[in-house]
Amino acid sequence: MKGGLALLAALALAALAAPLAAAMLGHDPFLPDLFNRFAQPSAAHPLGTDELGRDLLLRLLQGARVSLTVGLLAALAATIIGTIVGLMAAWRGGVWDAVLMRLADGLLALPALPLLVILAALDPAVVGLPRGEAAADILRIAVLLAAFGWVGVARLVRATALSVLARDFVRAARALGVSEGRVLWRHVLPELAAPIAIATALAVGGAVLAESTLSFLGLGIAPPAPSWGNMLANAQELVFQAPLAALWPGLAILLTVLGCNLVADGVAKRR
Amino acid sequence: MMRLIASRLAQIAVTAAILSFCAFLLIALMPGDPIDLAIAGDPRLSAEDAARLRALHGLDQPLMARYLAWAGAVLEGRFGHSRLFAQPVAALLWPALLSSLELLGLALLLAAGFGIALGALAALRPRAAPFVQTLALVAQAVPSFWLGILLIILFAVQLGWLPAGGEGGWRYLILPVATLCFANLAAYARHAAAALTQALNEPHIRTARAKGAGERRILLAHALPNAGVPLLTIAALDAGALVSGALITETIFARPGMGKLIYDAVMGNDFNLALLALLVVAIVTMLATLAADLAQRWLDPRLA
Repeated sequence: MKGGLALLAALALAALAAPLAAAMLGHDPFLPDLFNRFAQPSAAHPLGTDELGRDLLLRLLQGARVSLTVGLLAALAATIIGTIVGLMAAWRGGVWDAVLMRLADGLLALPALPLLVILAALDPAVVGLPRGEAAADILRIAVLLAAFGWVGVARLVRATALSVLARDFVRAARALGVSEGRVLWRHVLPELAAPIAIATALAVGGAVLAESTLSFLGLGIAPPAPSWGNMLANAQELVFQAPLAALWPGLAILLTVLGCNLVADGVAKRR
Repeated sequence: MMRLIASRLAQIAVTAAILSFCAFLLIALMPGDPIDLAIAGDPRLSAEDAARLRALHGLDQPLMARYLAWAGAVLEGRFGHSRLFAQPVAALLWPALLSSLELLGLALLLAAGFGIALGALAALRPRAAPFVQTLALVAQAVPSFWLGILLIILFAVQLGWLPAGGEGGWRYLILPVATLCFANLAAYARHAAAALTQALNEPHIRTARAKGAGERRILLAHALPNAGVPLLTIAALDAGALVSGALITETIFARPGMGKLIYDAVMGNDFNLALLALLVVAIVTMLATLAADLAQRWLDPRLA
């Protein structure tokens, strides 16, 4: 738990410190420097440079901002949708429960990545999203990932909410004439904090992994904006010239997902 | 049992129908149709020609009519042609499916085998448990496309022992299978450890020990069958993830399977092929999930 939180905090700090690092090293992570292609790691370029002479460390930090933003946005949206759906299914029961959970089951049974690949290739303007810029890419991928990510949250929330709704204090609140909205907000939701935290942590890790996968396939964040995924796609083409370039972005993804899973495990053990 | 199978098959059919409709709608809403692409390829095409071609292929019909016509043709087994590969779609799907099943089957077999072995190690030797747990945590967090690249760099580029990609004999299978296997190992190891630990504490194991059964017999004959049910749950739940992993693995290692077919079709704007391949993959995945569920019920009649 502590290890996971420390890992995530360090990554977030590194992402926040990207402009600072750029100022300290005196390079621009976007500016090509063709006399310095494939530079070996040195004091000026701690991780070396890529095929356009751009500093790999700075691009890695810049990529952290993009990848973590997508992960957090997608996980936040997935958590909100999933919590509402799970709560509604547990609270209303009957047809609502059946329809919402069938939908969740259906989405869960489908192979997510082939579907995401097709959806990510569609023109974002069709569904009213802007296209082209990095910010639009981030939003587009976050929306896509949230559209699949809510299922896990909803199932976890529904299962816990069902047991909470049957507890005595909920019945007592209802007997006292507390409105249903207040029962859900003040009495049920706080009891769901732990499962929601677990689901969110897992969703962040899953979203970072999915974003990097899509970007790696060329369907996520488009260059020149760096994301860990498209840096790896770049590195795959350069396995002969710069084998080390493939190491760092993958390690960053690994540590992020590991941190998220450790936090989720930690919360689960505390309950 | 028959009723369960029938209802699940109906569910799969409904899911496939909804999926095909949603995907068809989204693709059709995109600007540009096959005729626009034909115009781009042949600038001498006049506006009348384009209109005539649209009418010929039914592209001037309303969306719903086009979907129904397409779905009817697919149900009759007429899958149409792939624009990208200039071949009938059916001729492309079959070899790709076989190639994917080979990769998936081997990877699943190895992932389950190694996963259960690691789980058994953790359950039987408490001192090895932290090692297995750490390995599972890392295996769960490793992005499989990164692992694939690292394996290519090490074994194909640096050492030159194995081919970096393509399809051929067993040598071409080693790296992709290893990549896909490692990605799916963690879930089996974790759940096998938990299930075996629980199974080994059951009274009938103590009885078997008291009667003098050896450790090997206790594990294989008494504990594993009981631990098999939760493991089949993982197999059922992970079918989608396994297929998703196959898409990445096939793309990295240039294996002509379903995943790469979908990816190439999407990249080449061949949405008829992409849609049909997606449907085949989705239906096969759901059937695999159903098979795992049925096996689970067969192992544990209390579930049925």
